Amino acid sequence: MRNAFGQPQSVLVLGGTSDIALAVLDRLCAARTRTVVLAGRDEQRLAAAADRLRAAGATTVETVPMEASQPSSAAATIEAGLSAAGGRVDLVILAAGILSDQEAIEDDATATAQLFEINLTWPAAALAALRPRLLAQGSGQVAIISSVGGVLARRDNYSYGATKAGLDFLGIGYGDSLRDAGVKVQVFRPGFIRTKMTTGLEEAPMTIGVDECAEAIVAGLSSSAQVIWVPAKLRLVFGVMRHLPRPVFRFVASRR
Amino acid sequence: MTDHLELLSGWGNTAPSLAEVTRPRTEAEVDATLGHGPVIARGLGRSYGDAAQCAGGTVVSNRGLWHLSPIDPASATITVGAGVSLDEILRVAVPAGFFVAVTPGTRQVTVGGAIAADIHGKNHHLDGSFMNHVESFRLATPTGELTVTEAGDPDLFWATAGGMGLTGVVLEATLRLLPIETSWVSVDTERFENLDGVMAAMASGDDDYRYSVAWVDCMTQGPRMGRAVLTRGDHAPAAALSGKAARRPLEPPTAPRLAVPLTPPSGLLNRLSISAFNEAWFRKAPKKADAELHSLSAFFHPLDGVDLWNRMHGTRGFLQYQFAVDDAHGEVVRTAIETLSSNKVPSFLAVLKRFGPGNPGPLSFPVQGWTLALDVPVGPSQLPGVLDRLDEIVAEAGGRLYLAKDSRLSPEMFATMYPRSGELMAVARRVDPDGRLSSDLSRRLGLTH
Repeated sequence: MRNAFGQPQSVLVLGGTSDIALAVLDRLCAARTRTVVLAGRDEQRLAAAADRLRAAGATTVETVPMEASQPSSAAATIEAGLSAAGGRVDLVILAAGILSDQEAIEDDATATAQLFEINLTWPAAALAALRPRLLAQGSGQVAIISSVGGVLARRDNYSYGATKAGLDFLGIGYGDSLRDAGVKVQVFRPGFIRTKMTTGLEEAPMTIGVDECAEAIVAGLSSSAQVIWVPAKLRLVFGVMRHLPRPVFRFVASRR
Repeated sequence: MTDHLELLSGWGNTAPSLAEVTRPRTEAEVDATLGHGPVIARGLGRSYGDAAQCAGGTVVSNRGLWHLSPIDPASATITVGAGVSLDEILRVAVPAGFFVAVTPGTRQVTVGGAIAADIHGKNHHLDGSFMNHVESFRLATPTGELTVTEAGDPDLFWATAGGMGLTGVVLEATLRLLPIETSWVSVDTERFENLDGVMAAMASGDDDYRYSVAWVDCMTQGPRMGRAVLTRGDHAPAAALSGKAARRPLEPPTAPRLAVPLTPPSGLLNRLSISAFNEAWFRKAPKKADAELHSLSAFFHPLDGVDLWNRMHGTRGFLQYQFAVDDAHGEVVRTAIETLSSNKVPSFLAVLKRFGPGNPGPLSFPVQGWTLALDVPVGPSQLPGVLDRLDEIVAEAGGRLYLAKDSRLSPEMFATMYPRSGELMAVARRVDPDGRLSSDLSRRLGLTH
């Protein structure tokens, strides 16, 4: 059960090898989290993640298979994840997703469709499968990892941005639908974070490391905010940027 | 019986959860609610944390179990439904010349809740806790209804005492009352410039008073750290009254005249505003006053004067950290206050009391020595870690936290503080073999699934 500070005792991670999710879990396990279920594809990396979390204080770490490129399997992953957690779960972290090279996929129908399946269709199906379970357990929390990339369309990542924009939209409405049911849903919008996902890319302004990002997410989890920018100052930056005329924004974005 | 889904939280307004709330009016209706779990009873929701909520399950309000028998003057006992509040008992008992043997800082608790938490008051050092004054009670369990007395089934009697509802739903209870001559309390007040002073006075002098409580300022540091106002007293005899009071010596308690109309944003109560409040409150108290007459409400239930005062702490809610340590570890009181103040955690006046020995209950909270209760608003990011460290200090001293106040203890720390919790669960399995009785608190502490 979550306590007065919102600290969870059990956590299900969808995208269980995500650098950001694992850094968040390190901190949650140092507090009250003892049961963790990691859903992911790469068994070896899942096993390594499980060891890391046991060292961080978890007593029960289970892994369940997840294939985000097949949205029809989302319900089974949710079912397996919840049952591995003991039937109910205090916190679900939705951290599944890939980052694509815009120029490499924008003329490729198959690759574009796959990006949308992994980043948007699978998560949407998973959230739908999760919803009645959250209603039945009468408490819980969902953290959806969106991105600032979904706030404003940019030449160099508009497809990825579109998947995150869809997820962000879904997450906010999903949260409203569970508001009176004792379930807290939060959408996190990280900026550029140094992770394995962004290795090799040119860093954007206000880039932060995984640890700083995890600290901000953990603090956000115990707040009542529905949308949390990481780092927090991005809220202000985007508050200004979204009012720029498109030609000016294009110029700023291209200059980074 | 009415059923509806409701989002419930405790008095601290933290960690709400959704449950089907049902309000049975007869014992048969209570039995029906225990047909499947998880299920837990709830009274007036004065537990600070998650003791009377059951996410995804059923919460049985005991407020439909409302009946009062006439007081038996010969034995000084009264039999009441479990949903009757201490306030409602006092309204009939005080005019008849009786008082409840144990009352906490609020009258707004039900008899069922008082048994489940085995509540204590300002007289614990002499009179023990609520269950020490319960003649018998009737209990609905998943395996049937039982009349429980200490002599007849000591295991079930004491497991239910402070058992946080995990042995069943209390239906009614017969309570031993205290005869009083007046509804006034003769109070001695003394102000102390620091913690050592007040603790020395309490250790040496409390046994001369039936009631004793000290309000400690947790925001002052240095030589005036822990300055306090100590109030001690007993029910005033008829001979002590004069004038108007003497003509009407037994006045029932008054209803609240004020209410907090809405919940302000968290942060309104901060270090600045709380310091200012504490300062004003300390200055208001007389340096020393003897045998002043206070009304029952003013002495026992000062916060009941403002309805819904818990809202003051803001939308994020608050918690109360209450621990007990034995006489050999009185220094933990100082450590706790210093830890909060050095970590810049704002805390309202803390309540310091003396405890007598605990009772046979496996989850009995009191230990002969000290108990300190601190109100802290949720918000400061360092608070969870600071309280976890305090848990370790309390546990190392052989102390424990009060479950009726708890909203954040870990299962590991609970097991250390309450090594006999297995005895409670063994008795619970006798009357509830399928483990239907369960609350958010019992799940959080690892007592149930």
